[in-house]
Amino acid sequence: MSAIALTLGPVFFHWSPDRLLDFYRRIADEAPIDRVHVGEVICGKRMPFSDSAWPEIIERLERAGKEVVLSTLAAPATVRERRSIADLCTDERLVEINDVTALPSRSGKPFVTGPFLNVYNEASARFLIQRGATTICPPVELSLAAVGAMAGACPEAEFEIFVFGRLPLALSGRCYHARIHGLHKDSCQFTCERDPDGLAVDTLDDQQFLTINGVQTLSNQVQAFCPAPADLTSRGVRRIRLSPHTCDMVEVAKTYRALADGREDPKAARFILSCLDLPGTLVDGYAHGKPGWQAAPSI
Amino acid sequence: MTSGRMELVCPAGTPATLRAAVQAGADAVYCGFRDETNARNFPGLNFSGEELAEGVRFAHDHGSKVLVAINTFARVNDVDLWKKAADTAAECGANAIIAADIAVLDHVAKNHKQVRLHLSVQAAAATPEAIGFYATSFGIRRVVLPRVLSIQEIAALNRAIEVETEAFVFGGLCVMIEGRCYLSSYATGKSPNLNGVCSPPEMVSYDDEPNSTAARLSGFTIDRYEPGEPVGYPTLCKGKFKAGGKTSYLFEDPVSLNAGGMIAGLKAAGVTALKIEGRQRGKGYVTEVVRAFRKAVDAVEQGGDAIEIDRILAGQSEGSRQTAGAYSKKWR
Repeated sequence: MSAIALTLGPVFFHWSPDRLLDFYRRIADEAPIDRVHVGEVICGKRMPFSDSAWPEIIERLERAGKEVVLSTLAAPATVRERRSIADLCTDERLVEINDVTALPSRSGKPFVTGPFLNVYNEASARFLIQRGATTICPPVELSLAAVGAMAGACPEAEFEIFVFGRLPLALSGRCYHARIHGLHKDSCQFTCERDPDGLAVDTLDDQQFLTINGVQTLSNQVQAFCPAPADLTSRGVRRIRLSPHTCDMVEVAKTYRALADGREDPKAARFILSCLDLPGTLVDGYAHGKPGWQAAPSI
Repeated sequence: MTSGRMELVCPAGTPATLRAAVQAGADAVYCGFRDETNARNFPGLNFSGEELAEGVRFAHDHGSKVLVAINTFARVNDVDLWKKAADTAAECGANAIIAADIAVLDHVAKNHKQVRLHLSVQAAAATPEAIGFYATSFGIRRVVLPRVLSIQEIAALNRAIEVETEAFVFGGLCVMIEGRCYLSSYATGKSPNLNGVCSPPEMVSYDDEPNSTAARLSGFTIDRYEPGEPVGYPTLCKGKFKAGGKTSYLFEDPVSLNAGGMIAGLKAAGVTALKIEGRQRGKGYVTEVVRAFRKAVDAVEQGGDAIEIDRILAGQSEGSRQTAGAYSKKWR
C-alpha cells in the first residue's frame, strides 16, 4: 500500500551472535520494515562468529513477513571470502552486491546494488539493471537530486536512499581497530567488538568527526535525512534505508514509517530521532548536495 | 602474465612534464584533461585536446606511449562530458584510456575498439572475479591494482587472471581503497569520485595560534605544528586524531609510498607495469624520479642485486618518511 518502502540495511559492526539474534527478533516482531538485509559486509574475518546465527535470524524475519536480502562483503580478498560471495549469490532470495566480485555469479538473477558499489549515473545504472539489478542504493555522497535524476532515467528499477545511520565513508586494506591497539589485521584479536557503534575519532580540537569500525571508516555524525514523502515520490525514489545502531531501531523505523506515510512532518520526525540515544549529532548535508557533515537548518 | 621487460608508467600533469618524463626514460606517460573527468583535477594541471594531440606526437616520436586517465565517475545527466573526453583521447591517438566508471568503460569498448582499456585503480578491482567481469564485459587489457594487496597476493592474482597488472611503486599513498572513499566530500563537499579532487586546496587553512599552527580542512583540525616544525598539507587520511584515549596518526603517518626495493619482487609476481604517482608534481621532480626508476628497472631487468637498486634509488625520499604500503603484509 505504502508508496515508500523501508529497508533495514546490514549491520556494519561486529556484534555477537546473541546481540544479533536479540536485535533481529525485535525487528521481526515490532518494526514496520518491509525489507531486512542480513550478513557481514565489512570484514570477512568476523564471519565465523556470526555465520551460525543467520539461519535462525532469516527464519524469524521471514516468518514475520519481512523480505530478507542476503548482503555480501564490500571488500573481499581471501579465497574463503570470495567463495562465500559465490555461494550467497546462488540463493533464491534477493542478494545485495557490494563489490563487483559478486556480479559474475549473480548476473541474470535479481540483485540489489548496495552503497559500496559505485553507481553514479544513469548509464551505469542501466548497465546493471540489464544484468539483474532491481534495487539500486547509490553511494552516500550522492544528493537526493542526483539519485532522483537516476531514478527518473531508469524507471524500471527501484532507487533507494540512505536516510539513517552513521555514513559509510571509506574502506581500507588496513584495520584501524588493530592499528590503534598496536596490532596487525592478520592477528587483530577482534578488538572491534568492543565498539558496537564504532569507535569515535575526534580532531585535536575535540571536534567530533569520524568513527572507525575495523577496516571501515564512518562519519561520527548520524545521517538523519527526513524528507517530506513528496520530495521522494516526485523524484521516483521509492525506498529508504535505515542503518542499524544500538539505539532503539524499532523507534527509528516507526518514526520513518510515520514520516513516509505523512503522519509525522519532517520537523517532528527529526525531533523524535534527536531524542533517541544516538551515537552522534544529526546531519543530512549529502542529501542536499552539501558536505556530508552539515545539517540543513531546522526544517 | 608477463615475462617481458617491465613498463615504467610516469605522471604527466602538464605538457612540459610529459616531455620531461619521456626524455627521462618513461615507457609510457599518463595524463588527463583539464576538467573533472580525471582524478587529478587541480588548477594549473592537465591537458586541452590540442595539447594532448601534441603530447602524443612527441611521445610517439620518442618511442613512448600515452595513457589518458578518464577515471572519475560520470555525473548523472552529464555522461556525455566523459564520453567526449574518451572520444577526444581516441582521436588524439592515445594508446590507452584508463577508466573506472562502467558508463565510460562501456562507451570506449563499444566505440573505440582500437584503444586499449586499462581499469583504473579507482575501480578497486582486487579479485579474479571482479577483474574477470571487466575483462569479459569491456575487454580491459590491464588493471591498475588497488593498493591493498601484498606481493604474495599479487602473484596469486596474476596466476588467476588473463590481463596485465600495473602496480604503484612511488609517490603519494592512499590509505583507503581508492574509488571507495568519501572522506573528502564528507568534510568539504568535493571528492575524488565526484570532482577528481581530494582535500581540495580552497578548503585548507593554516591558522596561527599561540605556540602552534593548526592545519585545517573545512574547519576540521587535521594536524597541528610547533613553531619551526615543517607544516604539512592537511590531507584527511594523514591527519592526527584522537581515538580510544590516544592521539595518533590513526589512519596513516604522513608518509609516501616507495616500493623501489620491491621492483624485483613485483616482477617475479608477474606485474607488467610499474606506476609512479605525481601528476601534480613539477618538471624537475618528475625528471629526477623517472630517471632514477628507469635505472632501477633496467638494473632489475639485468639481474642487479638489491644493494645496487637501493643505491640507485637513494635520495628519492625528499627527506620525508616512506613506506612500502600494503605490499608488505605488516602494513595492515
